[in-house]
Formats: sequence, structure tokens, C-alpha cells
Amino acid sequence: MAPIIVFGPLLASAFAGLFGNYVGHRAAQIVTTGTVLLAAVLSWIVFFDVTVGGNVQTIHVATWMSVGNFDVSWAIKLDSLSAVMLVVVNTVSSLVHVYSWGYMSHDPHRARFFSYLSFFTFAMLALVTADNFLQLFFGWEGVGLASYLLIGFWYKKKSANDAAIKAFVTNRVGDFGFALGIMALFLVFGTVSFDDVFAQVGSQTGTTLAFLGMEFNAIELIAFLLFIGAMGKSAQFFLHVWLPDAMEGPTPVSALIHAATMVTAGVFLVCRCFPIYEAAPSASAVVTVIGAVTALFAATVGVAQNDIKRVVAYSTCSQLGYMFFAAGLGLYGAAMFHLFTHAFFKALLFLGSGAVIHGLHDEQDMRKMGGVYKMMPFTWAMMIVGTVALTGVGFSFGALGLLPWDLGFAGFFSKDAIIEGAFMAGREGVFFGIPAFWIGVFAALLTSFYSWRLIFMTFHGHYRGPKDVYDHAHDPGASMAIPLIVLAVGAVLAGGLFKSSFIGDEADRFWGEALHAGAHGPAVAGEGDHGAAGDHAADTHAEPADAHAAPADTHAADRHAEAAEHAEEGDHGGGHHPPAWVLLSPFIATVLGFLGAIWFYVVNEGMGARIAARGGPLHSFLYNKWYFDELYNFVFVRGSRALGDLFWKIGDMRIIDGFGPNGVAGTTLAAAKRLAKTQSGYLYHYAFVMLIGVLGLLVWVQFSAGGQ
Amino acid sequence: MFGEFEAFLSILTFVPAIGALVIALFRFTARPEDQALIDKNSRLVAWVATMVTLALSVIMVANFDRETAGFQFVHEVTWLEQIGLGYRMGVDGLSVLFVLLTAGLMPICIMASGAIEKRVADYMIAFLLLETLIIGVFCALDLVVFYIFFEGGLIPMFIIIGVWGGQNRIYAAFKFFLYTLLGSVLMLVAMVFMFLQAGTTDITVLLETEFARNAQMWMWLAFFASFAVKMPMWPVHTWLPDAHVQAPTAGSVILAGVLLKLGGYGFLRFSIPMFPDASDYFAPMVFVLSIIAIIYTSLVAFRQTDIKKLIAYSSVAHMGFVTMGLFAMNDVGVQGAIFQMISHGVISGALFLCVGVIYDRMHTREIAFYGGLVHRMPVYAAIFALFTMANVGLPGTSGFVGEIMTMVGAYQVSAWIAFGAAFGVILSAMYMLTVYRNVVFGEMTNPKLENITDLNRMEWAIFIPLVIMTLWLGLSSTIVTDITAASVDNLISNYDAALAAPAE
Repeated sequence: MAPIIVFGPLLASAFAGLFGNYVGHRAAQIVTTGTVLLAAVLSWIVFFDVTVGGNVQTIHVATWMSVGNFDVSWAIKLDSLSAVMLVVVNTVSSLVHVYSWGYMSHDPHRARFFSYLSFFTFAMLALVTADNFLQLFFGWEGVGLASYLLIGFWYKKKSANDAAIKAFVTNRVGDFGFALGIMALFLVFGTVSFDDVFAQVGSQTGTTLAFLGMEFNAIELIAFLLFIGAMGKSAQFFLHVWLPDAMEGPTPVSALIHAATMVTAGVFLVCRCFPIYEAAPSASAVVTVIGAVTALFAATVGVAQNDIKRVVAYSTCSQLGYMFFAAGLGLYGAAMFHLFTHAFFKALLFLGSGAVIHGLHDEQDMRKMGGVYKMMPFTWAMMIVGTVALTGVGFSFGALGLLPWDLGFAGFFSKDAIIEGAFMAGREGVFFGIPAFWIGVFAALLTSFYSWRLIFMTFHGHYRGPKDVYDHAHDPGASMAIPLIVLAVGAVLAGGLFKSSFIGDEADRFWGEALHAGAHGPAVAGEGDHGAAGDHAADTHAEPADAHAAPADTHAADRHAEAAEHAEEGDHGGGHHPPAWVLLSPFIATVLGFLGAIWFYVVNEGMGARIAARGGPLHSFLYNKWYFDELYNFVFVRGSRALGDLFWKIGDMRIIDGFGPNGVAGTTLAAAKRLAKTQSGYLYHYAFVMLIGVLGLLVWVQFSAGGQ
Repeated sequence: MFGEFEAFLSILTFVPAIGALVIALFRFTARPEDQALIDKNSRLVAWVATMVTLALSVIMVANFDRETAGFQFVHEVTWLEQIGLGYRMGVDGLSVLFVLLTAGLMPICIMASGAIEKRVADYMIAFLLLETLIIGVFCALDLVVFYIFFEGGLIPMFIIIGVWGGQNRIYAAFKFFLYTLLGSVLMLVAMVFMFLQAGTTDITVLLETEFARNAQMWMWLAFFASFAVKMPMWPVHTWLPDAHVQAPTAGSVILAGVLLKLGGYGFLRFSIPMFPDASDYFAPMVFVLSIIAIIYTSLVAFRQTDIKKLIAYSSVAHMGFVTMGLFAMNDVGVQGAIFQMISHGVISGALFLCVGVIYDRMHTREIAFYGGLVHRMPVYAAIFALFTMANVGLPGTSGFVGEIMTMVGAYQVSAWIAFGAAFGVILSAMYMLTVYRNVVFGEMTNPKLENITDLNRMEWAIFIPLVIMTLWLGLSSTIVTDITAASVDNLISNYDAALAAPAE
């Protein structure tokens, strides 16, 4: 079954790509979509087989490289972590395939588009089912290629081509670190297989490694280098510049690649390597800080953007930041949980934005929208669902002891788990936990603000675009509507349904060996060996079903009493549950953001535009994305051009050729010219002489051979 | 089964020369009015000769014993017993695949020479002789034989560039000749010295000979002068872009695909096993030059406006990975270096053929002239994209395997080296994607391109085997490394043993 899931999309992609022009668009669409739908259904079967049935296995497919110890195979590793990713990837991918039937229906290159989509799906599946670092890297670069091809899908557009190259090259910068990480890892462990590496981590914690003239703890160095790769792929601060530009691609691509799946590969990498990160507190601290900074940075920029897709893109960037700081703090389960829920509601938001763009005749600028909810009520409703899921609408009734359970949309469960987990980790002394908590809360406020800003600017108030577009504004057809509905169901339910599996009392059975759901911060877990898993099991099983991912040694018997007690204790207690104000703070932040958006964009409609028009320094700073593009353009693009010119025109031409061949040649030039003339005139003489020579040689050989 | 047939390797080597002889006989005896016919038929003769060679090479590799590090298919004829000179041919794991690579690329070159219209018969003669000479280099087991083949190869290449080249061909041919000959003179001196020391020119004996440390240094440098030029390594690389730009397409394919590998092969055959102390001593210098080559030439490639020059510079950068891997002197590094050479032979050959396709149609290599080709040439765009990605080192293509293995090998020596080389991974993406974008994507603005046609059947036939090889090698690298393993292990263990032995 697993080989069908992984290789089916590849074959479908090859079929659509190679024969699309012969069999027609429709056949290409049917084959790719059908295959990925099949893969999605099978993925869910595998998912339950692995997580419930405990059927963890690794299927060896073939050998890729084998030189001495350097043994790399093609394999399909099925454990809970890859099963979760299989489900996410194939579900979203199949929905995006279906959606694209409608969205791309007027494009003459549909077959190519579907081929790319399926190829992407294959590469992503190869990534998540890898059993070694190199196959992961294969998938990693494969999705990068697919991303490059799809961003630049409309290859006539210069901006699309530029964005595609920017995405690929920026990712390569990350891969630079990733590749060095793999090399360091091979040097230390003598293998690139996950299982072998992770088994050895405990015995290598004291190893040091020289890198660029300095001595580092080997595990820390490896963890850090791998994270650079993750930063590139997941568009984290410093390497985030490509993601907003990637919105040049068709919107279904943005939903699939640049929201739900590919960009989460970095989070997946960190979670997959959790034994390494648990043993690397400093590298984990870096992950935390970068993640937190990204969460904040992207949210601030998202506030000032006018392109509907870019707002969602920055939102994605910001949410990835949440996942990373969760992982950095050791909350791997929460990170994966947010990855899982985020896939649904962010894909929903992107595809919903696509429906808006589609319905408004390819308009993406929110300044030219407004008031269209009447024309597209369905799209509006879907976007509202996505927004409430993203902003984390919900309330911790259960944790506060008001009701037996918490109520909320998907993002509520996963984001609050991260925010509260950060607080608890910080209180345990994990580096940057408390700042990460505050950043998480503040970014939640911004998230709420820009999300509602998007809704209000797009759907409410007065229409600001050309009239004929408004008149033709419409809701999408069935092929686009059905995926939206499915994703909306996911955005509502994915949090509540899966919480106990990902981070609750089911977590240990759910994850098995694949992941430490991670109530502990790395500072704690890092000390222990794998024996810590045992203690951990005890912890989480005792945890109340509705409690958050926080260390708990309470017993089931008094769980409600405990919870209520701690809630009352507030922040001055040294309890094991987050205090009530911590539980409430994301909620309050969300409400404040919502109210802010109402104030600026509903009550005082046009105020946002006036602020933008006045263009104060803060607005310019945010609108121009903290000037990263300008800085990078100046330093790297212009820098490499200048260096290239220097090496070429001065180094090669003046110095090397000047003193070398041309200098020598200068003196013999006249002779050379004469020589050259004779040569081309009497070429056959040369050829003939050579022939005679060879002939002579042959004769001689034969002669002497005969003489022996 | 062919192992017992002594002259097998010699026949393989000289089949192309016999083809050349056949063409030459007709060419120089026929009446002037028949020359057109001969030109036409010479293509077929050349193609058949190269295909026979390819078939023999495949048979050879199929019968190659992978378990042993020794020489196989040895053919030995003594010439001058007193001085140990003899015609000796044989292959081991280090050389056998280069023979196959050469034999594989040659028929493609012949097929890709459709645009050659003047002196076709002469052209075919030159190519066939070139093939014999190059295969001879890889098979030679005697210093003198090696030298004859090694230097002999210069002449047809020189002629190919000088006669069928572009506008500035004389300058390029001369530069090529000057550089390579200068290096070779030093190598010849070293060879004479080796003969005087060891009393034989038999390479198998020389491999067992221990040279004094001091002598090793000088000989290593002398050989290095020759091989570094061939590679080419920075800073003796400037002949390559000119030679490529001026050479006809097939000439570029052979130049990049095979001739550059002579340098790497030379290191493997001579420098490393015969002068281990010196190799160890000079390895840091090689690393530094390799890293400079990778970064420097990648940046230079980024600025090129001539597409062939860009690929030529890119070749220099990719050869930097080879030298880096070779002198890492561990199994991953050396295997990776050999793999990278084979892989680069396929990829760079294919890239030059990609340029050839549009050059044949438009007669210009200016990047700015093109743009938007995908609208008229979708198949070409797809194939060019594949090789672009292979050159960038995308996993799944052969380019990745060579790069990652050489870097993994180099990392074991020092993280600095791998760190420097890894910049090449970023830069190659930068220049290759930029050139691809400028040539293939965008709007088609140049009206001259409006009627450009997509690949014809011949071009399909040329590219398909290269596409298959790139992916096959990239997905299953063991087809190469299994063959080279025994010889490389032997090379490394001898090397380590030599270094461990007390200095004389």
C-alpha cells in the first residue's frame, strides 16, 4: 500500500507531463487527481494502521549510494510522524487537485500544471517517508524543484520567473547548512540513517567537532546546521524573503506548497530529529528565538500588506514561527499538532482567497475590493471559518473548570497549546520560554488583527474596484467549492478531535517511538537518555484529558479539582498547570485584535488607507517588509555580480591571461599566425601523418607480437 | 570470456582508428567529383566505428571483474626489453568507466555534427583518431605509450577547434595548445626521471616502486603542471572558456565530457599512488585551489553573456569538486570524484549539446539574443531544464551524487573545505537558473526566433541516452561505485600504508 501512496503520484505526474499533449488535458487531470485521491484514502488507512494499530515499519525499496559506510537507501518509513505527514500531504494535495479543475480551467497548460502538482506530491512523500537524511534531502530538493516550477508556472511573467529563482536560491542557502549538517553527522556517527543516528546520540553528547576554526559540541553543531536548512524551507527569519514572492504562483500552489505542506518540512525535520535537538539545548534555543522572532516579524508585516495572498503568506510565515518556537522549547507534539491543524485552515484561507481572486477577475489587491460578501456569500462563509480557526477562536472552559471540555476551532487548540506550553517551559527555566510566550500572545493579537482586516477589506464596507468586475463577482463552482467545504470541516474539527492524540493523554500511544510529545523543555530532556520516555509516559497518562501540554504529575482522581485550584491560584502559584491568566491571554489578545480591526476597518472605514497614505516611518517599515529585500539585493545580488565581474575581467582577463598565455603569446603572435595559416591550409597532411603514425604503430605491434 | 582474448582491449582502442583509415583511404584516393559522396558516407562510417567501439566497451564492462583491484584485459607486447619499454594495455576499476564514457559520448558527437558542412571526411577522421587516442590514454600501462596517447590527443582536438571552430578559433586553439603543451613538457621530464630511477616504463612496476620523498615532490609538481591544466584547475583554467566557445558543438562535448577527465585520471593513476608522500604534502594546496575554483569560477559564470562560456566556467567549478574529492583520500571522496567525473561527462556534454541545438538554428551563443524559447520548443525546454537541474546538483540526478560524496569525503579532512565547496551549491543554482530563465522563459521578444523549431528526430536520439544516464546514475549510483570500489580501496590502502611507513 505504501509504495502506491508514494510512487503513484510520480507515475501520474510522468504520465501527465510526458503524454499530456497527446491524451489531452482531461485525461491528464483525471489520472493525476484520481491517483492522488487514491493516495489520500490509502494514507488515512495507513495513518490508523500505524497510530492505532501500531504497525510501524520501514520498507526498503532500493540502494541509492553505497561506498564504505556511506550507505544510503531508498526506503519508506512508516511511523506516526510520517503517517501524520502522509495524511496532511495527501489530503490537502488531493483537495488542491480537485480545486484546480475549476481554478485552472481556462489555462492552456493544465496538463503541465497537474503534472507538477503530482510531482510535488511525490517529492513531499519521499521527504516524509525517508528513513535517512539523504533521502530526506532528496525530497527536500525535490519539493524545492516543484516549488520553483510552480511559482514560475506562468513563465511569461518576469516577476514569476524572478520569484521562482529567488525561492530556489534562497532555499539553496538553507540547503547549504543542511548539507553541511549531514556531512558533520556522517563524520560523527558514521551513518546517515535516522535510527542508527538517533540510537547513538546519547553516547555522543560529549563529542566535540572543529568547524571553521572553532570547537563545537558535535550534537549542537549538527542540530544548528540542520536548522539552517529548516529555516530556508520553512521561510524563517533571514531566509523568509522568498515566501511572499512565491505568491506569484497560481493560488492552489500557494495553498498546497506554500501553506500546508512544503513549508512545514522544516518543522517536520526538527521533529524528526528530536533526539538530536533534545541533546542540543543551545541549538534548540536558537530554534526558539528564530521561531519567535519570525512569528512576530511576519505578523507585523502582514498588518501592512494589501495583496490578499501576501497577507496570508505572511500569516503562514508567522504560524511557522509558532511551530518552531514550540519545537525549540521541546514541545514537539504541539508543534506537529499546529502543523496538522494549520494545514487545514491555511489551505482553506488560501483556496478561499483563490475563490475571491477568481470571482473578482484576478484581482488580488484588497484596496480594490470591499463589500463583496453579498455577491459571494459562500466564499465569505468559508473565509470566516478559516479566519476563526486561524485566530484561534475558542475558550478554555475545561481548563478553567467551567465546562467539562474546551470549545473552539482548530487553531485554538493547537496555538493555545503552544502559547501555554511556552509559558510552562519558561517557568521551568527553559531558555526564552517566557519571552516566547509573550511574543506568542502579541503575535496572536496581530494575527487576529490582520486576519479580520483581510475579511473586512475584502468582503465588507464599500466596494472600491471597477464596477464591471463587481457585477460579475460570483461564488466558485462545485470543483472549487467542495474542497473548501472539506477543509472547512477540518478547520473546525481537527483541533478538538485530535488534541488528545497529539498532545493529550493519548499522545504516547499515538506517537510511539516517533516523537516525544514533549511536555519537557530540552534543558530537562536533554540530560536524560531514552529512559526519559518511560517517565514521560507516566506523566502524560496521568494528565487530564482537557489539560494542556504541560508537565503534570497529578493523578486522574483529583484532576478537576487540581485544574480549578490552579486556575484560581493565578500566576503566583508554583503549580503544574498554567495559571488562569495564561490560559486567558491568547483569548484576550484575539479579542483585542478583532476589536482593533473593527475599529480601523469597519467603524472608521478608510482609516487604514489614510494611515497608509500618510506613510509614516512605521508604516513604511512594515509595508516594505523591514527592508529585507533591499538589503539582500544590495549585499548579495549586487555583491556577487561585482565579485563575478572582478574575477572575470580583472582576475581572468587582466592578470591570468595578461601575464600568462597572452603575454607569452604576444611575443610569438606573428609566428603563431603564420603557423595557423599553414595549418588550416594543409590539414590533411597532418591527418595523414597521424594516420601513418598510427598505422606504423599497429604494424609494429603486430610484428613484435608475432615475433614472440 | 573475453579476458583470455589478449588483444581485445587493443582492438577496442583501435577500432575508431581503423574507421579513420577507411575514410582516409577513400578521401585521399577518390576523384574530386566524388568528394561530396565521401563526405556523406564518412558520417556513417564514423558512426558505425564508434558504435562498434561502444559495443565492445559495454562487453568489456560487463565482463569486468569487480572483485579485483588488478589490471584486466591486459595486452602486453615487449618492444625494447632492455629498458623495459613495451606496448602494454589494461584497465582497472579506475579507468574502465572512462573508456565506457568516451565510447558512449563519441557516437553522440558524430550524430550531433550534422551542422558541419565543410571537410566532413576530415572532421570524422579527426574525431575517430581522437577517440582512439583518448581511450588509449585510459588503457595505457606504459609511460611511453601513455605519453604518446596523452599528447597525441592534443593534435586532433587542436585541429577540430582550429578548423571547424568559430570566429576566433585560431586564438583559442593556440591558447589551448600552449597551455596543455607547457604542462606536458614538465610531465615528460618527470617521466624520463622516473624511468631513470626505476629502470622501466612499465606502469604496473612503477606503481610498486617507492620513490624518495624528495624526488616525489618534484615529480608530483611536474605531473601536477600537466594534470592541473587538463582539469583545468584555477588559475590555469582560462584556456577552457575560449576553447569551448570556439570549438564546434561536438568538440565541446568531447572536451568537457572526456578530455577534462584526463587530468583527474592522471592524478588517480600517477600522482596519488606513485607519489603518496608528495600527494599528502600538497593536498592542502589542492584543496585551496579547488575551493577557489568552485567559488571564483561560479561567480565568473554568473556574469557571462555567452552561454557556452558560462557552461565552460561551470565545468571548471565542477572539476573543483573532483580534485577536492580525490585528495580527500578516503573512499567516499575518491569514489565521489570518479563518480563526479563520469556524471559531469554526461551532464556537461548534454549541456553543450543543448547549446548546440539553438546554435545550429540561430548561429549565436549570446544569451540576450534568446528568450521565450519554451513557447516554440517545449521539448527542448524540458530537456534543457533537466540538465540544468542536473548541473545544479539536484538530488535524483547524477550531479548530486558526485557533489555530495566529494563533499562528505572532504568534510572528513576538514570542515573548511566542505564549507567552501558548499558555496558552489548555492552559486550553481544562481547562474544556471538565471541563464535558463533568460534563454527559455519569458516572452519571446526577438522576432528572429519566431520560426525556431523544436527538436528533430536526430536530436531526440542524441538526448534520450543522456537523459537516461543522468537519471539512472542519479538514482542508483552503485552501478558506478560497485565497479570502482575494489580499485579505490586498494588505492587508498596502499596510500595509507605508504604514509604510515617510516620516511626514508
